[in-house]
Amino acid sequence: MSRRFDGVLFTLAVLLLWELLYRVVGSSGLSSPLATLGAVVHLLSSASFWKNVSATAEAFAFAVAFSLLGGLAIGLVLGLSRFAGDVFDPILNALTAIPKITLYPVILLFFGLGMEAKVAFGTIHGIFPVIILTMNGVRNIRPVVRKAARAMRLTPAQTIRTVLLPAALPEIVSGMRIGVSLALLGTLIGELFASDRGIGFMLIQSVEHSDVPTTMAITVLLFAVAVIGGIAMLRIDRRLHQGG
Amino acid sequence: MSRVTLARSALIIGAIAAVEVCCRTGVISHLTMIPPSAMVVAALRLLTVGAIQRDLLFTLTNTAAAIVIAVVAGFVIGILLNAVPRLRRIVDPLLAAYYAVPTFIFYPLLVAILGLNRAPLIAIGAVLGVVAMTVNTLAGLDRIPRVYLRTAAALRMSPFATALLVQLPAATPHLVTGVKLAVSYSIVGTIAGEFILSVAGLGRAMSLAYNNLDNATMYGLMLILIVTVTLINLVIYEWERAVHRRWGLR
Amino acid sequence: MDVALEIEGVSHTFVAEGNGTPVRALDGIDLRLAPGEFFSVIGPSGCGKSTLLEIVAGLTQPTAGRVVFDGREILGEVPDGVGMVFQEDASFPWLSVWDNVAFGLRRRGTDAAETKRRVDYALQFVGLADFARHHPRQLSGGMRQRVCIARTLVLEPRLILLDEPFGALDQQTRLVMGEELLRLWRETGATVLLITHGLDEAAMLSDRIGVMSARPGRFIETLITGWPRDRDSQVVNERHFGELTAQMWTHLRAESMRSIGT
Repeated sequence: MSRRFDGVLFTLAVLLLWELLYRVVGSSGLSSPLATLGAVVHLLSSASFWKNVSATAEAFAFAVAFSLLGGLAIGLVLGLSRFAGDVFDPILNALTAIPKITLYPVILLFFGLGMEAKVAFGTIHGIFPVIILTMNGVRNIRPVVRKAARAMRLTPAQTIRTVLLPAALPEIVSGMRIGVSLALLGTLIGELFASDRGIGFMLIQSVEHSDVPTTMAITVLLFAVAVIGGIAMLRIDRRLHQGG
Repeated sequence: MSRVTLARSALIIGAIAAVEVCCRTGVISHLTMIPPSAMVVAALRLLTVGAIQRDLLFTLTNTAAAIVIAVVAGFVIGILLNAVPRLRRIVDPLLAAYYAVPTFIFYPLLVAILGLNRAPLIAIGAVLGVVAMTVNTLAGLDRIPRVYLRTAAALRMSPFATALLVQLPAATPHLVTGVKLAVSYSIVGTIAGEFILSVAGLGRAMSLAYNNLDNATMYGLMLILIVTVTLINLVIYEWERAVHRRWGLR
Repeated sequence: MDVALEIEGVSHTFVAEGNGTPVRALDGIDLRLAPGEFFSVIGPSGCGKSTLLEIVAGLTQPTAGRVVFDGREILGEVPDGVGMVFQEDASFPWLSVWDNVAFGLRRRGTDAAETKRRVDYALQFVGLADFARHHPRQLSGGMRQRVCIARTLVLEPRLILLDEPFGALDQQTRLVMGEELLRLWRETGATVLLITHGLDEAAMLSDRIGVMSARPGRFIETLITGWPRDRDSQVVNERHFGELTAQMWTHLRAESMRSIGT
């Protein structure tokens, strides 16, 4: 009971801080919570907003598909072969640490402006956590589990399907959770540079037109979607880890 | 040299060689990408001619500032949350979901508050890195073996002495991991900002070169950026491994 | 009888984390230890013996009763002159063996020369003089426990409390470490209170053994071993050893099954 009360208190504190910040910075920089709410309502009821949402969603869906499927396949291969995994581990770590945004001009040169570039951008962001966590999940399966599978004389396909994948599932799902979040990030960033439609595009447009309420409204909506989606995925993740 | 290192070196060299060949033979058009060897030449030229040095300094100092803020603030917030469990319970889900949020969406906000200068770049870098440090600080404090605290109590140590001489050293491996991640994320935030906000720095220079269809400069800058970032991360990564080994965790 | 440690009517109830139900850990413990006595407490899992040790050490305040050490009541803080050895490895991985052993002395402000003298002696005593510059990660489990024992030895405690100190070691190492413990006891002349699971350990090491019931813990029986002070692990060959373990098991069998839930 007290926890929910604390949560409400915390939210009120944040809103208060927001209002104060608005009073300090002025309406050329921020818009008040109330004005932002108005802008959010306006957005949600405008047809152009939803067209942009579907453009982003389409690119996002492709990026997620490539990241998850590609990441899973590569991660499994690298996880099953100790040698391949050892070879690629530092390479993957180094690639993950590179800010993908330094590659955006290269992506644009290869794919041109448009959907392919956005999907490519989303994919290079989302695929690495899936690869790395899938690989680690398979590598970290306790040796005794694999020994048990051999003792039961399972075929390689059976072993992967009935023993290895379930054993590595919690970590694979963690990787996918992070991959989905990063794929969204990549798609949105791609829209900042490579598109004339989508939520990212809307954001940059409203900034360029100094339309502060709309900028904040989009920010708030993205934030809400990301947080809610993130918490939902975390719940699934946590339940898998507890059961496993 | 082990089999693994050999295979890895062969793989990397082979990949670069393949790209070089494709570029030189026109499989990849020179309008799209220049050969890796040309990238190296361009990078060296940029570094020695001088115009890039100001941008490089700008990027590095922003990154350093963001890292310092992220690490210090992250550590302090971690300690605070550990000391006030009620606050921690509220903030925990936010910390967990933090990296699901595309933090760059706050750039316009930060520019509005801080102006269009280096401040929002440092701010975003710090904001991106701070939670990684906080989460790892909390993990480090949580995972201190209880027997160490009982040992300190059995030795009649004061809370302050316990914190400084037992808790802090015991949590160090996790703190170092936090620094590693904070460095990684702060770099991403600061550099991404340079692309999006176009104030100054290597990111902006790369953006300009792209718009001017100056592939040589653009790829040269990209190489400099990638090599710099990789070197920084490599150094930190090795430091983390050394600390973990010394603490007996590897 | 001269009394070094007196436990009077100690009972302890605590609230379990998670579901908040009260747990009665100890039920009216009375015990008097003579100075320099070696006393073992043996009982089934979860019977409260570790809780008892924490209360004696001053780490936990009992909900009823009191503990008097050296004529002074223990009230919420660890008294001077008490040394503790735990089951888990308490050696600090970031310090060398030498610095680990010196740790307690440095906290007390002992001067460098005296610290060096005591630490060098303690390391020699536990047989780790050659490993002074090593780090715990380079040592086996048994060696790390010896580091912890050395760390206690240098403080010249008058009361040594041990909570299943060899629980994480294999059986044969346990017997060897038992002899180390006896040497430590004779060297310091301290009063020793040992908590253990092992019947043979209790029978081999102690002057007296307190057999504890399942939770809530109370003493069912106190056995006197009658061993000479300069004993070692070869007492296991004595007939009396077998009688002692048989006696303990007679009591403990029922209690252990109760605590497991059969």
